Amino acid sequence: MANLKRIFSDLAVFRRQYLRNRIGLFFALIFPVIIIVLFGAIFSGGSSTVTVYYQNHDSGSLSTAYLSALNSTGALDLIPVNPSVNFSQYLLANSLSEGILIPTNFSESLESHIPVNVTVYTNPADTSSEGVLAVVSGVTNYFNLRAVGASPIVGVINQNVKSSSYKYIDFLVPGLIGFSILTSPMFSMVNIAAEYKKTKIFRQLSLTPLTKGEWLTSKIIWYIILTVASFVLMVLVGTELFAAQVQLSLWIVPFLLVGPLFFVALGMLVGTVTKSQESAGVIGNIITFPMMFLSGTFFPVSSMPGYLQNVAHVLPLYYIIDGLNSVMVYNNPGKALTDFVIVAVIAAIVFALAVRLFKWRDS
Amino acid sequence: MPGIDVSELRKYYGSLKAVDGISFSVRSGEIFSMLGPNGAGKTTTIEILEGLRRQDSGSVAVLDLDPWKQGYELHRKIGVIPQGFSFFDKSTPREAIKYYGDLFDVKIDPDEILREVILEDAANTRFENLSGGQKQKTGLALALVNNPELLFLDEPTTGLDPQARRAVWEVIRNLKKAGRTVLLTTHYLEEAEQLADRVAIMNKGHIIATGSPLEIITTYSPSERLKVTAERALYDYVKQHTDLNAEYDDATKSLVIQLRSKSDAISAFETIAKSNLEWSDLSTERDSLEDIFIKLVGVRLDEGEPVPNEAVQAPAS
Ligand SMILES: Nc1ncnc2c1ncn2[C@@H]1O[C@H](COP(=O)(O)OP(=O)(O)OP(=O)(O)O)[C@@H](O)[C@H]1O
Ligand SMILES: [Mg+2]
Repeated sequence: MANLKRIFSDLAVFRRQYLRNRIGLFFALIFPVIIIVLFGAIFSGGSSTVTVYYQNHDSGSLSTAYLSALNSTGALDLIPVNPSVNFSQYLLANSLSEGILIPTNFSESLESHIPVNVTVYTNPADTSSEGVLAVVSGVTNYFNLRAVGASPIVGVINQNVKSSSYKYIDFLVPGLIGFSILTSPMFSMVNIAAEYKKTKIFRQLSLTPLTKGEWLTSKIIWYIILTVASFVLMVLVGTELFAAQVQLSLWIVPFLLVGPLFFVALGMLVGTVTKSQESAGVIGNIITFPMMFLSGTFFPVSSMPGYLQNVAHVLPLYYIIDGLNSVMVYNNPGKALTDFVIVAVIAAIVFALAVRLFKWRDS
Repeated sequence: MPGIDVSELRKYYGSLKAVDGISFSVRSGEIFSMLGPNGAGKTTTIEILEGLRRQDSGSVAVLDLDPWKQGYELHRKIGVIPQGFSFFDKSTPREAIKYYGDLFDVKIDPDEILREVILEDAANTRFENLSGGQKQKTGLALALVNNPELLFLDEPTTGLDPQARRAVWEVIRNLKKAGRTVLLTTHYLEEAEQLADRVAIMNKGHIIATGSPLEIITTYSPSERLKVTAERALYDYVKQHTDLNAEYDDATKSLVIQLRSKSDAISAFETIAKSNLEWSDLSTERDSLEDIFIKLVGVRLDEGEPVPNEAVQAPAS
């Protein structure tokens, strides 16, 4: 029969061991904060306008109208370049990815309906190039229609799925909570299981009334505490610093409980079945790293290429983060229930295996 | 009162016979020491007695319990220091003692236990920063938390400097005074002689001698020897006139006569006196436990290195 006094005194010893080690605490709490601040600043910082340099060789009024039409889209930040310099060399020399060149006879050609080309310089390696090209094409079409005296027939009205659109940071908050749920128990439990076996601390403990189950329980409780701390930190930093929009609901709680339980058990299992501390570390990393990057921790899975999405769907952490996304971002707990059931079943299997295979003493 | 009873105990690791049919018993209240070179099977034996390993065959009773099947019950009554004891590196001895107190659900005064093992000075030092001796004493302190009747100490002083070793010895002597039973393994002969009421000499999975140090000495070295420095002529004289068991060592120029009985002694003295030959430095001597150990095991205990052949002779008879 499990004994609470033993569980809590083992928890106290483990907590001290953990806190005095500092490294664990850094990776569990500080590191995700660094990532959220860094990624939050990179991906959601400032406006979404692209800076584009242009060179206007035309002296007529239509090129000015064309430029102000480009400007009014709000998508481009236009900066003029002196017409006397070689434009493509200028772009190259200044490492600029995008440029627009308006030829000398632009206004004249337009007025007399002679075809004329505006040159758009792009860089295939730069993701903003496509946007620039699209904006320029759109404005050019409009000018073409006007030139022949026609007006657009099919229009487009933009409507977002959610009343306010989702931002990257909204996904980053649950993603990094998932990151904490995965990494802090996995990295330390794999190591602990192998190390305590080697230093014979498990055997030492087997000579006391503490049971394996009680020992594992105190580890699970500790990592749930850490997970809750990391959850609070992520939500605070995300909402306060980057105006992330996340729903807080009781539906989050099951994920904060079963997640740490699962990874404590998985770490234990890896540390138990491997022969040495070194091989435990290697196998632990083989399991942890794909999950760390492909489960929607740093980037939403839906933004990944199809074959990587398929990979994500076999990673247990994906279902934890997907569930958290359903509750916190989409406010759709019904969908999270499926995720929870999947995680709970895998966790139950791994936990049962870990308890079964993990031995205090060897025969 | 039950202590430990072991009969025909065997434990093989594949073809390696780590423990090969040993029998012995430890009486309640005594310090019993297992002496043996590396790989003799001491740790294997002690771990079977603690319920950490399962024997292949033979019977084992510790405090009237079967250690493997009734381990959980047994562990409340025994204290253990495993060979090379280690603990959570960020915990202090005081915290460790409190932790064990909680696990065993006993009311203890950490300071009293720290005093008992002479560890007050390092009570609040993290385990990773303790000296080797202080680590062993922490193990001893933890072994005492549940106030055990019986303690298993596997090489409690290996790697300690002489001063720290003596301090641990004192603690172990106090355990006996407090009425506890102790089973101790050691590489140090002096340790066994100093502490143990009875000793078992173990080698290659077998017990080759048991008893108190004195019993072992009288069994394996039944007679004293008379040693006299003299020329070989005295040896020839003794051989001619008596049937005494005598030998002559040219290197030390000494005549050695085995004294199998009192009459041997009288006839040896008389013969030497009658010979009218020169002699000096007359003394009697007997094998030490170490001499016997070397004869029986063929290696010197603390070094584990083979002893040159001449020293490995069978006891003269
Ligand atoms: N788990 C194991 N698997 C295989 N062989 C083992 C195992 N444990 C011990 N042995 C072997 O059994 C023999 C006895 O080992 P044991 O540890 O009992 O010796 P010991 O007398 O305690 O030696 P030491 O003085 O070096 O501690 C050794 O040859 C050892 O290599
Ligand atoms: Mg040993």
